[in-house]
Amino acid sequence: MKEITLADKFQAKIDQEIKIEPKDWMPEKYRKTLIRQMSQHAHSEIVGMLPEGNWISRAPTLRRKLGLLAKVQDEAGHGLYLYSATETLGIDRETLLEQLHTGKAKYSSIFNYPTTTWADIGAIGWLVDGAAIMNQVPLCRCSYGPYARAMVRVCKEESFHQRQGFEILMTMMEGNEAQKHMVQDAVNRWWWPSMMMFGPSDGDSPNSAQSMKWKIKRFSNDDLRQKFVDICAEQAQILGITLPDPDLKWNEERQHYDFGEIDWSEFWNVVKGNGPCNKERLDARVKAHEEGAWVREAAMAHAEKRRKRKEAAQVA
Amino acid sequence: MNLYNYILQQADNTLILGQRLSEWCGHGPVLEQDIALTNIALDLIGQARSLYQYATEIEGKGRTEDDLAFLRDVWDFKNIQLVEQANGHFGTTLVRQFFFDVFNFHFYRALQNSKDETLAAIAVKSLKEVTYHHRYSSEWIIRLGDGTEESHQKVQGAVNDLWMFTGELFVPSTADQAMLEAGIGVDLEKIKQLWMEKVTAVFQEATIRKPEDTWMQKGGKEGKHTEHLGFILADMQFLQRAYPGAKW
Repeated sequence: MKEITLADKFQAKIDQEIKIEPKDWMPEKYRKTLIRQMSQHAHSEIVGMLPEGNWISRAPTLRRKLGLLAKVQDEAGHGLYLYSATETLGIDRETLLEQLHTGKAKYSSIFNYPTTTWADIGAIGWLVDGAAIMNQVPLCRCSYGPYARAMVRVCKEESFHQRQGFEILMTMMEGNEAQKHMVQDAVNRWWWPSMMMFGPSDGDSPNSAQSMKWKIKRFSNDDLRQKFVDICAEQAQILGITLPDPDLKWNEERQHYDFGEIDWSEFWNVVKGNGPCNKERLDARVKAHEEGAWVREAAMAHAEKRRKRKEAAQVA
Repeated sequence: MNLYNYILQQADNTLILGQRLSEWCGHGPVLEQDIALTNIALDLIGQARSLYQYATEIEGKGRTEDDLAFLRDVWDFKNIQLVEQANGHFGTTLVRQFFFDVFNFHFYRALQNSKDETLAAIAVKSLKEVTYHHRYSSEWIIRLGDGTEESHQKVQGAVNDLWMFTGELFVPSTADQAMLEAGIGVDLEKIKQLWMEKVTAVFQEATIRKPEDTWMQKGGKEGKHTEHLGFILADMQFLQRAYPGAKW
C-alpha cells in the first residue's frame, strides 16, 4: 500500500514539473533507466573524443588546431559532468567505466564511423553535434534535476561546436575543387548515421512511452528527426552541397521535408558491434584505462603517504 | 634577424611541445588529467600563435603564422630537442613537461622586463598560464616519484633518459647572445641556477636521484634535430603541403 502512495506522489511531482533530486524517493525502474541513459551519454562523450581527436595533430591551421583541441576537451568535460551526475544515482565511475570496457554499456553508434579527411571534422560538428543538440535541448527540462542541470551546460557548448563545424565546411566550400569534393564526400558518409542518432521509429522504440511519462523524454524520436531534416535541408542549400537522399523534398501540404527510408539493418548491425571502428574505439578506451592504472595507483599511494605523515606530525 | 630568430626559438618550443601534448587528448590515464594536459597544450599553442604573429611582423615579408608553422622544414625549426621527444608513458610526458615548465616559468618571468614591449606583454600574459603548468608538473613529479615502487622507477627512468636534453636549455645561441646584449632577451646563466634549484628541490621531495653529469645534446636552436621532428612535421603539415594555398 505504502509503495503505491510513494509512486503516486512521485508521478504527481513529475506532472507538476517539480524536479526529482538524488535523495528523493524514486521507482527502481526510473533510477535504472536514468543510469542507463546518462551513463550511455557520458560514455558517448568520451568515446566521441576519439574520432575527432584523430585530426588534432593534422588540423590545417593553428586556429583550427586550437578550436578542435578545445572542442574535444569540452567533450571530456561533458563526460565528467555526466559521470558525476550519474554518480548521484548511487553508482560509481569505476563501475560505469567497467561496464563500458566490457561492452555491457553502450555508447552512441555514430562514433564507430571513421574520420578519414579534415572535412569529417566539419561534418561531425554540423550534423552529429546538430543531431545531438536536437536530442539534448529537451533534456535540459528532464525530470531528474542533476541531469537537467548538467545538460544546460552541455547544450551551450554543443551549439558552439555546431556553428564551428558549419563554418569549417563553409570555408572549404569557398575553396578549391579538392576541398569541395572532401566536403561532399564527408556529408555523404555522415548524413545517414546522423539520422540514425534519433533512434528507431517510435513504434519500434521500447522504452519511449515510459520515458515520456516520466518526463525523461519530451519529444518522440520521429518528431526530433523531422525537425533535424527540416533544418539541415535548408542549411545544405546555403553550403551548396547535396544531401545523399534522392527522396528528400519539400512537402507543401505537411510543411516539412519528406525523406527516404532509413536502413535500420545498418543501424542494428553497428549497435551489435559490426561498425567499421567499434573494436578500435573500445580498444583505445581500454588501453588508456589500463595504461593509466599505475598513475592512478601512484596518486592514491602518495595521498595515503601524505595523510600518514600529517597524522604523525600531529601526534608529535 | 636575431630578434626574429629569438622569437622563433620560443615559438617553436611552445608549438612542438603543444603538438606533442595534444597527442594525449582522449587517451589520458583519467579524465581529469586528460583535460589538464589538453589545457596545457592549448596554452602552449596559444603562446606559439602570439609569438609567430609577432615574428611575421618583424620579418615583414607578408608571411602568416601558419606559413611559419606549416611551411618550414626541419632545419628551420629552432626548438630545443627536449620538446620533440616522444610522449612515452604518462611519467615520461610529465618529466619532459616539468623540465620545460621550470625553464619556461623563469624565462617569461625574466622576459617581462624586456625592452621589447611586445615580448614583455606576451611574457606577462604567458606567465599566468605557465605558473599553473609549472605547479601541475612539479606536483606530478612528486606524486609519481613518491608514489608506488613502480611509479618511482618509471619516473626515475624518464629522468635518466631525458636529462641529456636539458643542457641545451641554457646553451646560448647567436640570437640568445645578441638579444641579451640588447636588453631584449633573458640571461640564461641566471635561469640555469633557478632551474637547478627548483629541479633539485622537487627531486628531493619526489625521492628522485639527479643524474650524474653527462654528455648534453644540443643543436636544436640552430636547426639540428632528432629524428622525431621530421615525423611531427609530416603529420602536422600534411594538409598545407598537400593542398598548397588552400584556405581552411
